[in-house]
Amino acid sequence: MRHATSIVGLGVFSFLAILAAAFAHDNAFANHMWVLAIVLVISVIVLLRRENFQRVAPVDPSAYMDGPVRYGVIATMFWAVVGLLVGVVVALQLTYPALNIEPWFNFGRMRPLHTSGVIFAFCGNALICTSLYVVQRTSRARLFGGDLAWFVFWGYQLFIVMAATGYLLGISESREYAEPEWYVDIWLTIVWVAYLVVFLGTIVKRKEPHIYVANWFYLAFIVTVAMLHLVNNLSMPVSFLGSKSYSAFSGVQDALTQWWYGHNAVGFFLTAGFLGMMYYFVPKQANRPVYSYRLSIIHFWALIFLYIWAGPHHLHFTALPDWAQTLGMVFSIMLWMPSWGGMINGLMTLSGAWDKLRTDPIIRMMVAAIAFYGMSTFEGPMMSIKTVNSLSHYTDWTIGHVHSGALGWNGLIAFAALYYMVPKLWARERLYSMRMVSWHLWLATLGIVVYAAVMWVSGIQQGLMWREHDEQGFLVYSFVESVAALHPYYLIRSLGGALFLSGALLMAFNITMTILGYQRDEAPIGGALPAPQPAE
Amino acid sequence: MALMDKHAIIERNATLLLIGSLLVVTIGGIVEIAPLFYLQNTIEKVEGMRPYTPLELAGRNIYVREGCYVCHSQMIRPFRDEVERYGHYSLAAESMYDHPFQWGSKRTGPDLARVGERYSNEWHAQHLADPQSVVPESIMPSYAFLKSTPLQINDLSAHLTANAGVGVPYSQEMIDAAVEDAKTQSTPDADTTAFDARYPKAKSGDFDGDPQALTEMDALVAYLQMLGTLVDFKTYDETGGDR
Repeated sequence: MRHATSIVGLGVFSFLAILAAAFAHDNAFANHMWVLAIVLVISVIVLLRRENFQRVAPVDPSAYMDGPVRYGVIATMFWAVVGLLVGVVVALQLTYPALNIEPWFNFGRMRPLHTSGVIFAFCGNALICTSLYVVQRTSRARLFGGDLAWFVFWGYQLFIVMAATGYLLGISESREYAEPEWYVDIWLTIVWVAYLVVFLGTIVKRKEPHIYVANWFYLAFIVTVAMLHLVNNLSMPVSFLGSKSYSAFSGVQDALTQWWYGHNAVGFFLTAGFLGMMYYFVPKQANRPVYSYRLSIIHFWALIFLYIWAGPHHLHFTALPDWAQTLGMVFSIMLWMPSWGGMINGLMTLSGAWDKLRTDPIIRMMVAAIAFYGMSTFEGPMMSIKTVNSLSHYTDWTIGHVHSGALGWNGLIAFAALYYMVPKLWARERLYSMRMVSWHLWLATLGIVVYAAVMWVSGIQQGLMWREHDEQGFLVYSFVESVAALHPYYLIRSLGGALFLSGALLMAFNITMTILGYQRDEAPIGGALPAPQPAE
Repeated sequence: MALMDKHAIIERNATLLLIGSLLVVTIGGIVEIAPLFYLQNTIEKVEGMRPYTPLELAGRNIYVREGCYVCHSQMIRPFRDEVERYGHYSLAAESMYDHPFQWGSKRTGPDLARVGERYSNEWHAQHLADPQSVVPESIMPSYAFLKSTPLQINDLSAHLTANAGVGVPYSQEMIDAAVEDAKTQSTPDADTTAFDARYPKAKSGDFDGDPQALTEMDALVAYLQMLGTLVDFKTYDETGGDR
């Protein structure tokens, strides 16, 4: 009876979900609880079918617990494709509004599905599975807490399903990147605390004297996201059987709390955690030690200290007090330094191994990721300067900036980590195809470049059209003229997104074939080493 | 460097690392956010602000539900072009009862902070149902379903109570009369004496073009029509609003 507790627990919760649906205060909540009940009942059925009554062999306490990591790899791959696909769909909706299908698939409900799909489903799963992989290997210890890691994995997937279906049903707090309503937030809190326990517990029982640098970043990411999530989602539910809640804060305080959260979703979810990934997988793949230990200390503490202050740059020239705006701008500019400290530490780890760029597409992908990280952490501080922001804010420039970071840095480093882990996790000699990795890299890079460049042009044009006055001092363009002018850019942007998506599909195929145990018969990349020539 | 060598202590102790990181990441938030709650000049002194009527609040919830904020800001910046295009720059006081705020971050469509009273109710209902029929270049999705969806009003008192719980000055009288007020506001030629006393300057009438039914379209249009209309800028002292 391996799954007895899970089956009973899930059964009870299915029953409670059906009760909640029956007594729901509003339609949206009833529908959402039906979704929950269906998901839970399906889980019970799956578990019952997989149940067997033979004695289970005791686990070897010295072996790594890689089950949740393997599932995490597959989930990461799956959600990457889903999140990117929704991205292409919403890009096309902005190009051709007829593609909106009201009410469930209108842009306003689909856009959070895309952002949460990429940030929390794809990047979140990448973070959880890589962190559980890295912490075991750098601590030389099995995951702490036994099956708790499974709870973290499945609990997090349930959070994703509830958040995603909630958006489409029209359940939203309207806080960007924190849209799920109060009951989904509570569930995420429980899962997140379990994640912290598993991660920290594994560090505590480590056999290495030192905590490896990657784990500092992962730990800071887990703790800070917990703090941000709790404070930003403080709210007053209308009813305990209803979907709606009202934020604890209002107006200007609410705005800064939200962007304190929002910017640090970038700073900790998408930066600190992913730097943890960089600090493990780049040295491993390059087979070189981290470039500078001291730099890693300085940039770790500087990065986590400075990032928190940068939130107000999302609120330049708004009704937020000027002192807070200026403070946010100053810290955002300072943030450039620790960001590039991380970039330098990652790139220079390759010193002595640069030749691998020629033969190893995974290293190439990592270098491209770090380069995009450097680029977007330069662009970000620049856009936080109030003068620049007065033009860039509210325009597509911001969208372009976000995507060069999310696709270039988060996407590529996560893909590279998957490519590194898959053969090891499934005990395969190598990936199905290295040439496909190379193709993936080029499709993705081309996609990002198209995307970002088009959004620069579109954003700057939009900003300039809004503010253009003629000689008599009248505004030259009506708002809708700026909308019409962007149509071609939106079409090209969709193409950029589709290129990136096609790369991810190629990865999904490549990884699936690797897991299934196939190897593609292909010529190695880079060919034979050139014969040494005698100096003349 | 001696200081750097001390870092080994933190690196060997998970508790120290955990507490150290947590302390370091709390500072910025405390310094930036906490003063907003007690610095008097954060929110300007204005005349005319009142809580949303129950119907407007229901409309606002539809605005939130449909994710209008992903394309429309409600925050006019103090620039010449924005003030000419949208009206007086937005004040912090204007969103003091907004749980949550709807300032937005992107203008795929125009700013809506002062869209109230700029267009007729008929225009809004038509535009929401079929945006391209009034603005051919628009890329906004259609929201025709709002016109056929009855507005849920039986729980409006609970919504007002929840707002009162987070600091919106709804009186017990307002909470008790919430359902009645929503009906009054959406009925043409209703007796609005008591309603007007509770919510000064609120506009009532039929909003969606169908006086028989109280729909989600009524609520959303009622909300849009009051946006940015409350503060009396004739009495606003700009120098006192220095933040």
